[in-house]
Amino acid sequence: MKRYAFFLGCIAPLRYPGIERSTKEVFKALGVELVDLKDTNCCPAPGVIKSFSKTTWLAAAARNLALAEKEGLDIVTVCNGCYGSLFDAAHELHENKEMLNDVNKILAEIGMRYSGGTKVKHFAEVLYNEVGVEKIKATVKRPAAYNAAAFYGCHFLKPSKLKQLDDSERPTILDDLIEAVGAKSVLRKSKARTMCCGAGGGLRSQFGETALKFTKANLEIMRNGGAEMIVDVCPFCHLQFDSGQKDSGYALPVLHLSQLYGIAMGMDAKDLGMNAHITPVKL
Amino acid sequence: MLTLKKVETEFTKELAANGGSSAELCFQCGTCSLKCPSAKMMTSLRPAYIMRASRLGLKDEALDVDALWQCTTCYTCVEWCPCNVQVVDVITALRNMLVADGEMYENHKKVARSLIKNGHTVENNDKIKKIRKELGLPENPGTVMDSASAKADFDKVLKSTRFAQLVDQ
Repeated sequence: MKRYAFFLGCIAPLRYPGIERSTKEVFKALGVELVDLKDTNCCPAPGVIKSFSKTTWLAAAARNLALAEKEGLDIVTVCNGCYGSLFDAAHELHENKEMLNDVNKILAEIGMRYSGGTKVKHFAEVLYNEVGVEKIKATVKRPAAYNAAAFYGCHFLKPSKLKQLDDSERPTILDDLIEAVGAKSVLRKSKARTMCCGAGGGLRSQFGETALKFTKANLEIMRNGGAEMIVDVCPFCHLQFDSGQKDSGYALPVLHLSQLYGIAMGMDAKDLGMNAHITPVKL
Repeated sequence: MLTLKKVETEFTKELAANGGSSAELCFQCGTCSLKCPSAKMMTSLRPAYIMRASRLGLKDEALDVDALWQCTTCYTCVEWCPCNVQVVDVITALRNMLVADGEMYENHKKVARSLIKNGHTVENNDKIKKIRKELGLPENPGTVMDSASAKADFDKVLKSTRFAQLVDQ
């Protein structure tokens, strides 16, 4: 059985713990073992923290990468932000030995060392490329027959030259993953394309009104496309859509892909942590 | 023969040291500004302006605090750039330079202070603890939040990189 170190991050465990629980259940059902990666810190957040100090960002990310390396496991994240940060840090440290040496001087102070070997994967990437759509289809107990708007977010696929997962302008991975459990991905052929949710880069915390303009532009595309729910692959996008619909005239339930999969694989609704959601989820 | 001399100033050197050297590759086609969702929302950000100023060593124009913080780091510009300019890296480098000069928004300082205090950008609370318990998860995730020695290690990493001094200089 393939094993991975499960990197929790911040928003999933501390705002939407249902994502943590459903991810564990879903991966277990699909025969992928997730081992909790203990003692980790924030990825750290690519928006504010990397923008404040690239040096701090890289050292703190390297600590996380080194913790996984010590376990002999590659990392799986359920968050585009964590994926972006840890993937970029792993890439830089793999390519730049001088940078790796500098980081190791810092890690040496806490008795750690990073040799540059940890790979970082997005959970949807593992589902698509390693588990595969056919195996996912075979585990469905209760088809999730909803009209869903696939929301990719940014750092899952971009920069695509580095991530090499899918075409970032016309992606299909998430659409395929949504349809594998019986839902219809309503924006698959839509001419109007969704954009960034608006939360990233420190925009949500400092320019919340501007961030909401992004969110609403996306919500309009989703509603016009006939969506009855949003399916995301990032707790930060999830937070932005879930909190951003308040008093907006929109009320699309927001599900992380792991929660949609939880439903399809027969998990109890109460185990999906929907009571943490601000926009009510009525299924 | 026409030769173009590379503009090199203290500013362009510092920008390169912070990972923003690819601004040099920009030939000002403007595709980044055209594709930028933040520009579409009529913020003050026009990535092509920032790349031009960065390339020419126009420090005050490049270090436009309001424009720089309107970027969501969505990478649409990087996807479309025909010159392989790492626009987001340039913007991140410029933000690092602003912050080093003590220029930060209070809301961003709050995020940074939460990282220092909790090892996470957000805190736990009673509502979340209750939901975690109902889900059969430990009240605190098994991260630095749940281990004093791991948090002490993380604190040392922040200290080595002088992060607290940067935030509250």
